Amino acid sequence: MCDTCGCGNPDDHAIIRKPNHSSHSQGHHEHGHNHSHTIDVQTDVLAENNLLAKQNQTYFNERNITALNLVSSPGSGKTTLLEKTIKILKPKMDIAVIEGDQQTMRDAERIDKTGVPVVQVNTGTGCHLDAHMIQHAIQELDLKNQSTLFIENVGNLVCPALFDLGEALKIVIISVTEGEDKPHKYPHMFDASGICIINKIDLLPYVEFDVERCKGYALEVNHHLKFFELSAQTGDGMNTWITWLKQLQKS
Amino acid sequence: MHEMSLAINIIDIACKEAHKNGAHKINSIEIKVGQLAGVLNDALSFSFNIAKSDTLAKDAELILNSISGKGHCHECNIIFDTDSFFSLCPKCESHMIEIVQGKDLKIESINVD
Repeated sequence: MCDTCGCGNPDDHAIIRKPNHSSHSQGHHEHGHNHSHTIDVQTDVLAENNLLAKQNQTYFNERNITALNLVSSPGSGKTTLLEKTIKILKPKMDIAVIEGDQQTMRDAERIDKTGVPVVQVNTGTGCHLDAHMIQHAIQELDLKNQSTLFIENVGNLVCPALFDLGEALKIVIISVTEGEDKPHKYPHMFDASGICIINKIDLLPYVEFDVERCKGYALEVNHHLKFFELSAQTGDGMNTWITWLKQLQKS
Repeated sequence: MHEMSLAINIIDIACKEAHKNGAHKINSIEIKVGQLAGVLNDALSFSFNIAKSDTLAKDAELILNSISGKGHCHECNIIFDTDSFFSLCPKCESHMIEIVQGKDLKIESINVD
């Protein structure tokens, strides 16, 4: 049985694994007068997730860990961005990664090659990571004080917007091979994020993607958004992103 | 489809409350859903009907009360009704808008036997 939340059902939806390590199944909570009456409840539907997220946040804050939740559609280049970011930053700061996907260890195996601690959360049919999964994943990682934790959410521009993980910031990534109107089509994610990365800018000459128009749409949804335009593949624009990450960890 | 996770949460919370109050059956669950909560009501109702089986809420009706969205304009300081994250201020057409209502997703009450 888990010490944190007491869950113990082996048939749960999420499996948490390290590359080349045995798995830990995360149990799903099944917390379960003949006159009708109404009971006032007034409870947020996401109350349990929010409580666990708060606990995660406290855990991060006490250790000065910067947790960043990377969200996007599938194929925006999140994992490549992480690989390249880790390669540059690894000599300068402690980094760990939680990878979220419905199936396979592929992304965790890619990150494992960079030499930083990583766990894979397989959500099964689940379309998002939740705070409970992160709590279990943290237990598998030996997170160092002052480190940066990247959480790569399940590729999905809808559902992860609702589930707080206890992160400092959500970072939404859009690639120029997608439609520039994604911020209007999927506003919840852009509303919930603090940073927007426009990736694959090396492909701009070959696609009809207007960066300024995309930024305009995103700002209409969330005028607080800060942007980075880069290509993880070629390294264009990576310096500004890396500098920002370093400053974020120091602050 | 995150509505299934939400439906399971709704059932869990309602069953705990019912259990705490010694009820043996949940007749209805009334929830407040903001227009900007990121929830598709039809999908939530569909998921609810699957998630409720074999629980105290197996015969329960889900009552959805929709809450309109409201935006606050930072430029001219008015509050206006909106059903979108990117509507412009109806007065000054600024997009410096903060959503101040409509992201709610809350169980208000349950009716039990």
